[in-house]
Amino acid sequence: MIKSGLVQTIAQQNMHLYHRDVERIINTILDEIIEALANGDRVELRGFGAFSVKQRDARVGRNPRTGEAVSVTAKRVPFFKTGKELRERLNAPTPQE
Amino acid sequence: MAGRTLTRADLSEAVHRQVGLSRTESAELVKAVLDEMVETLVRGDQVKLSSFGTFMVRHKTGRIGRNPKTGEEVPITPRRVLVFRPSQVMKQHINGHVEHGKDD
Repeated sequence: MIKSGLVQTIAQQNMHLYHRDVERIINTILDEIIEALANGDRVELRGFGAFSVKQRDARVGRNPRTGEAVSVTAKRVPFFKTGKELRERLNAPTPQE
Repeated sequence: MAGRTLTRADLSEAVHRQVGLSRTESAELVKAVLDEMVETLVRGDQVKLSSFGTFMVRHKTGRIGRNPKTGEEVPITPRRVLVFRPSQVMKQHINGHVEHGKDD
């Protein structure tokens, strides 16, 4: 499913809302998460999972093609940990496969 | 400077402010969006959100693990795990590069 499919499903469940508003709702949610992470905050969504930011130190990497050493600067990377409830649901013994 | 933790309530408040729906309805919509993503993933499909990232379900085969404390061997059953691949936009944002607006 891509974003437009998500917008469509939510719009169909909420006939009183304009499609455009549903789009804004979804974008607001996603932007809010990104902004929080950019500020170094965590985002914890019960039943879904938690987003956080991990610090990666600078290191000397290697160009895998040429073998040449390149310095990789320190950076922050987004990290997602699946929530307990969702993790369990993904492995629930339902005869769906 | 890892400070606050945002929750569903903060997302609802943002929807309330930005879209102008009531707080109750904003909370319901945040829930509806997350629920729909969960249902899609539980079905085994991926959720691809442009400029945010992709959530996908990976199948892990069973293997023999070891309890690191006791050294005891324990079987790990095959399972499905959720992985999130952040988009380039998210990665850049988090490192302070805002991609729109090369103003220097």
